[in-house]
Amino acid sequence: MKTVIIKYNAGNVQSVMYALDRLGAGYLYTDDVAEITSADKVIFPGVGEASTTMSYLRKTGLDKIIPALKQPVFGTCVGMQLMCRHSEENNTDCMGIFDVDVKRFPADSGMKVPHMGWNNIIDYKTPLTDNIPQSAFMYFVHSYAAPVCEYTVATCDYAFPFSAMLHRDNFYAAQFHCEISGNAGQQIIENFLNLKS
Amino acid sequence: MLTKRIIPCLDVKDGRTVKGVNFVNLRDAGDAVELGALYAAQGADELVYLDITATIDGRSTFIELVKRVAQTINIPFTVGGGISSVADVSALLHAGADKVSINSAAVRNPDLIDELALEFGSQCIVVAIDTRYIDTEHGKEHIVHTHGGRKPTELRTIPWAKEVEDRGAGELLLTSMDTDGTKNGFALELTATISENGNIPVIASGGAGTMSHFYDVFTTGKADAGLAASIFHFREIDIPDLKDYLSDKQLPIRLTR
Repeated sequence: MKTVIIKYNAGNVQSVMYALDRLGAGYLYTDDVAEITSADKVIFPGVGEASTTMSYLRKTGLDKIIPALKQPVFGTCVGMQLMCRHSEENNTDCMGIFDVDVKRFPADSGMKVPHMGWNNIIDYKTPLTDNIPQSAFMYFVHSYAAPVCEYTVATCDYAFPFSAMLHRDNFYAAQFHCEISGNAGQQIIENFLNLKS
Repeated sequence: MLTKRIIPCLDVKDGRTVKGVNFVNLRDAGDAVELGALYAAQGADELVYLDITATIDGRSTFIELVKRVAQTINIPFTVGGGISSVADVSALLHAGADKVSINSAAVRNPDLIDELALEFGSQCIVVAIDTRYIDTEHGKEHIVHTHGGRKPTELRTIPWAKEVEDRGAGELLLTSMDTDGTKNGFALELTATISENGNIPVIASGGAGTMSHFYDVFTTGKADAGLAASIFHFREIDIPDLKDYLSDKQLPIRLTR
């Protein structure tokens, strides 16, 4: 099986690679279109800001390649947000794989922003959560979130209930960092790698 | 619900933990990776590794250690100690650290906080503040200290905490040098003031001696996380017991057993 981690200007993804190493899963870390399109599984990670990462994806043409992929694709954190329609972060139009707009956690909610730490996810409706205990804790660090929508397959609650995970066709996404979310997070990555292509 | 975090802190010199560690079940209690993995397995929510090495050779050893920690554990960890430039941070993040903690360098050059937040994002920039309540010409005040809490600065702690947030820090690690090592409890009033004054998470450090001290710092002290070192290393408090205790007291806690 060939797994590709998409390389773009989205910060440090070292821990994602280490997580795959721990699972004994080989991968390529590349921005090469031929490698990406021929992969069995594609991971689209991300730590960073929406407008700079999105403009990089446009410049490289990845913004057209990713939505056209047919194999299972897994976006995490900012990767997930870039798969949505729009982000309030610097008013950025994103790839529109999930028809939902990403909102900032309101400053007047009395909640600290970013939402940082371990929070539980509920209402699982995705094979990626197979073998995960109910109400499992995942590690989140983000200031923007996708509200609950028709593609929501796991929910978390901070200033408002938001999409912890999204799923549409071959596209999967998680707002939290599976790679540092303990054994439950590791199980989600393993479940993704075990999906039938 | 977002949970309160329990964070063991490991002081590292030349790649090894220095504070006496009393774990009979560890093959090598000085191995910072093995100890971190044990804490992770016990339910620690994050780890902090502080490099107290002074030499250049020691620094490259620390980077190697950071890499091994990142390869081994699957929870977030912060690294700190002697970080003074964008290049230092880049090397540590690239090695696999999730966050970096800066202290003296932020005091010397506050613009560094802005630069780091812009370059790497606020989410991975922790500013550590060592504070002591001392006599000043205006009476007793909370004053920021450097050099392991020995050297007072001109900065008052409460406005400095706000300034580092405004400059882009994503989290504060607040250590009270008055309570540190006393085992008489965290500095509750100051921690609460800083936590309520700002809008970023506060990790309280210094003074933990009993499980109820953690309860106090999460309730009265309004802290988001509690950090301690020797009480965990010497097994005076076991992390699973501490988390059960806090959960029984109705605090939001990530239980792993």
